[in-house]
Amino acid sequence: MSTSNWHRDLFEGNSAKFAVASTLAILVGGIVEIVPMYAVGDAAPLMEPYTPLEQAGRDIYVREGCYTCHSQMVRPLEHETLRYGPAAEAWEYTYDRPFQLGSRRIGPDLQRVGGKYPDAWHWNHLLDPRSTSPGSVMPTYGWLLVDEVDPADVTASIGALATLGHPYPDTSEVGVTRLLDEQAAGIVTSLAGARIEANPRSEAVAMIAYLQRLGSDLKKQTAEVTP
Amino acid sequence: MDQITPNYDDTTTKRFVIATVVWGFVGMLVGVIIALQLAWWPANLGLPWTSFGRLRPLHTNAVIFAFTANACFAGIFYSMQRLLKTRMWSDTLSNVHFWGWQAIILAAAVTLPLGMTQGKEYAELIWPIDIAVAVVWLSFAVNFFGTIAIRKVKHLYVAIWFYMSMVVTITVLHVVNNLALPATLSRSYPVYAGLTDALVQWWYGHNAVGFLLTTPILGLMYYFLPKSAGRPVYSYRLSIIHFWALVFLYIWAGPHHLLYSALPEWAQTLGMIFSIMLLAPSWGGMLNGLLTLRGAWDRLRTDPILKFWVVAITFYGMATFEGPLMSIRAVNQLSHFNDWTIAHVHSGALGWVGMSVFGMLYYMVPRLWKRPLYSVSLATNHFWLATIGIVLYCVALWVGGITQSLMWKAIEPSGLLQYPNFMETLAVVQPFWWFRLVGGTMYLVGLCLMAWNFIRTVRGATAASESELDLGEAATQSVPEVA
Repeated sequence: MSTSNWHRDLFEGNSAKFAVASTLAILVGGIVEIVPMYAVGDAAPLMEPYTPLEQAGRDIYVREGCYTCHSQMVRPLEHETLRYGPAAEAWEYTYDRPFQLGSRRIGPDLQRVGGKYPDAWHWNHLLDPRSTSPGSVMPTYGWLLVDEVDPADVTASIGALATLGHPYPDTSEVGVTRLLDEQAAGIVTSLAGARIEANPRSEAVAMIAYLQRLGSDLKKQTAEVTP
Repeated sequence: MDQITPNYDDTTTKRFVIATVVWGFVGMLVGVIIALQLAWWPANLGLPWTSFGRLRPLHTNAVIFAFTANACFAGIFYSMQRLLKTRMWSDTLSNVHFWGWQAIILAAAVTLPLGMTQGKEYAELIWPIDIAVAVVWLSFAVNFFGTIAIRKVKHLYVAIWFYMSMVVTITVLHVVNNLALPATLSRSYPVYAGLTDALVQWWYGHNAVGFLLTTPILGLMYYFLPKSAGRPVYSYRLSIIHFWALVFLYIWAGPHHLLYSALPEWAQTLGMIFSIMLLAPSWGGMLNGLLTLRGAWDRLRTDPILKFWVVAITFYGMATFEGPLMSIRAVNQLSHFNDWTIAHVHSGALGWVGMSVFGMLYYMVPRLWKRPLYSVSLATNHFWLATIGIVLYCVALWVGGITQSLMWKAIEPSGLLQYPNFMETLAVVQPFWWFRLVGGTMYLVGLCLMAWNFIRTVRGATAASESELDLGEAATQSVPEVA
């Protein structure tokens, strides 16, 4: 009974002590696990931040809740690397705010989807997933083909990300809009090759830019290491 | 006797009870809708605001922050006033708390379908709503500690310990995980990037489960179960040990959500080890709950409240065995990314949280409105619908999830994937999604029976005596202050 008496005297009659003790109890684990992530310090980044168009696409990816069905985390397991490609490396997530690792694969992992399919495949897939992937249960995303990306909105995002330390040399609306248009023009041209007439400002174009970026940095890295 | 003193603020408690039932219906209805969308994709309707990716966060946020949180608030307001023999400290704060929280839920119900989200699971609400959550939560915390300060009972009963750990921990988790830089009114970027963001998020996510879906419900169990059973808590010493072990160990377990990710190995291993250790205090709570019923088991036949509690505590025991199991790397390899995880979550949410809340509501509603329950048999039917619904839901997803996972893993002797086409593995789980839909619908129908039962109860005649408010045969006893 000594344990109980001790507890009763020290804590149960003294709510302040109880509150402080229970707060300390819950702080330890978090501090031990999270603080070292900062103590390690940042290695030199092995990739460039997302372009304005890719970041706009990423924001749409987040908005539509793609993470509720798609992961971006290839595990270092044989069956995963066979299916998706090389396992995830920590630096690949350098500019991911928020992270989009996902927790459930209703559809396949997307970390290595960049370069796997042509731009037109993605366009058709967003419009009607079953046209490219029979048996898919993905919703249709027709509105992405119509709704437009707002350069002022993207500029606000790029500005905030620059404040958080993402290296963007030009965060002016003129500069951001120029980069948006240049990259979109390339995708529109590639879509035109598949007889798809795309509005360069459409959200689907931004989404395609983002999806094609996924996994491309690791490929570049591998190409540089093994000449 | 349990004195229903007019001095207690039962108006706010009643409001939280009504909010629990209403939001429970909404949250579970959205759950049924998205379950249908998986089984039958045209149910996405081709509209942005009804697509799965936007409704799934609405479902999770509604059942966690609308249904469960309101239920906790109801139970805490009811029990802490009676345990401390005093009215809530500030009526103003109680009003700010209730109406503020409902306004937050409404704001969430509008913004999430519009695609306004932070994109982190269970932390989807955008930054202006997050600030509102912090303010309203603070109003609750001040009221909570203010009530403790003016208490008329010196020693804090075990239920209060668990409530306190929720109040403190949710504050820390919410603030730390939502630190972000706004870009627009509806978009912000977290101050953490990449894997650090992932680690902070799952530290938050796992402990939202721990300190919103577990510790407060355990606190409610420690009040409402002895009250309903008319038996004292089995072991006071066990409650001390499992309380401190639980709150200390829970916080470490978050990284088990990131096993086999690129997160540093040591962090993953810590998450795994602490998850396994968590089994002990979890089962301490389960045993303390079940053994409280010693000598009262015969009442299970007649009293639906005890039926709900027994199934709830049993599911708590199963889910807290399954959780540590799934956090072992070798098992996680099989369970991650498929429906096994969804089954696990729902055995906790539907089994433990839902059934506990129902048991608590059937106890509180007759007492709050001072009217005997309209129909005990309706409550018993609710119990069976819910129980069979959960079993159907979980078994379907266990079988479907593990089957799909084994197909993902299957490698032919030649070294190639046996099922290289993802869609082939998807086709296998789809039939199970229909069974899940049926199970979830049964659970929702059960909730509707309860709502109907309560409406008829509230409209019925006032009870002539206190004993009429009891569902079982035994008279209510005061909360046993354990020796």
